[in-house]
Amino acid sequence: MLAEYSAVVPDVAFWIIAVAMGLAALRVVTTKNIVHAALYLVVVLAGAAALYILLTAEFVGWVQVLVYIGAVVILFLFGIMLTRAPRTDTELDNDQRWAAAIVALFFMGVLIVLLVDAFGAKHIVLNDNLQASGRLTADFVKHGHNGQVVRPTVGSAIFQQYVLPFEAISMLLLAALVGAVAMARRD
Amino acid sequence: MMLNQFLILSAFLFCTGIYGVLARRNGVLVLMSVELMLNAVNINLVAFSAFRASVEGQIFALFVITIAAAEVGVGLAIVLLIYRNSRNSDLDNIDQLKG
Repeated sequence: MLAEYSAVVPDVAFWIIAVAMGLAALRVVTTKNIVHAALYLVVVLAGAAALYILLTAEFVGWVQVLVYIGAVVILFLFGIMLTRAPRTDTELDNDQRWAAAIVALFFMGVLIVLLVDAFGAKHIVLNDNLQASGRLTADFVKHGHNGQVVRPTVGSAIFQQYVLPFEAISMLLLAALVGAVAMARRD
Repeated sequence: MMLNQFLILSAFLFCTGIYGVLARRNGVLVLMSVELMLNAVNINLVAFSAFRASVEGQIFALFVITIAAAEVGVGLAIVLLIYRNSRNSDLDNIDQLKG
């Protein structure tokens, strides 16, 4: 009973999220109101965060909520405001719309054929992951870190194996911040 | 869950982003479409991370999120400069290099 439940619920959740994300993504690129496009983008980003949580990547999911929905969408709204984009319905597409649609559909077809061919029968098994992370936290609460087999977690991987890219990316963020201020400043 | 359902959703989002980058005229909307494409890549990375039960995909997804934030900051600064120079953010007007 429980096994059936845990096998069906993620699939149902996935399809609800996926349909919402797909429709919202289509609206992002077709809506005639630029503010609505930013708000439909929020739906797509929140759906992606929900998918990460569904895939037991909770940390990435909440980083997605904080960085994308909290910061990037607000930046977009500021950009819309500062460039005095029309907030009513206007023609926002250029005249290569049909060529763009053909390119996108062609690429979609190629990708689907390749993906079905390469990963047609592969399943994601999450139970192992879930139990492992649950055991890990329980052990930390009870015994601390006393030489047990500990699966790599996001935090330890970032600050041990990937600490150099992490520091490099912090410099990149600083450079992007200074660059954006230097470019956008009125002088 | 199948692996492919995530990969095909992400392929759909990526192609939607391609359409948006090619068909949109406003600079802010083009940046939004780029965000759609980056998110598609992130879904792929996290799906493969769960598939392989390893944490590397999540680390890469975090790096991509950071780079996307930096990209939006610089990109919006550029769109703002385009707006200041040509009084609108219509990318079709940026054709001064056209022969």
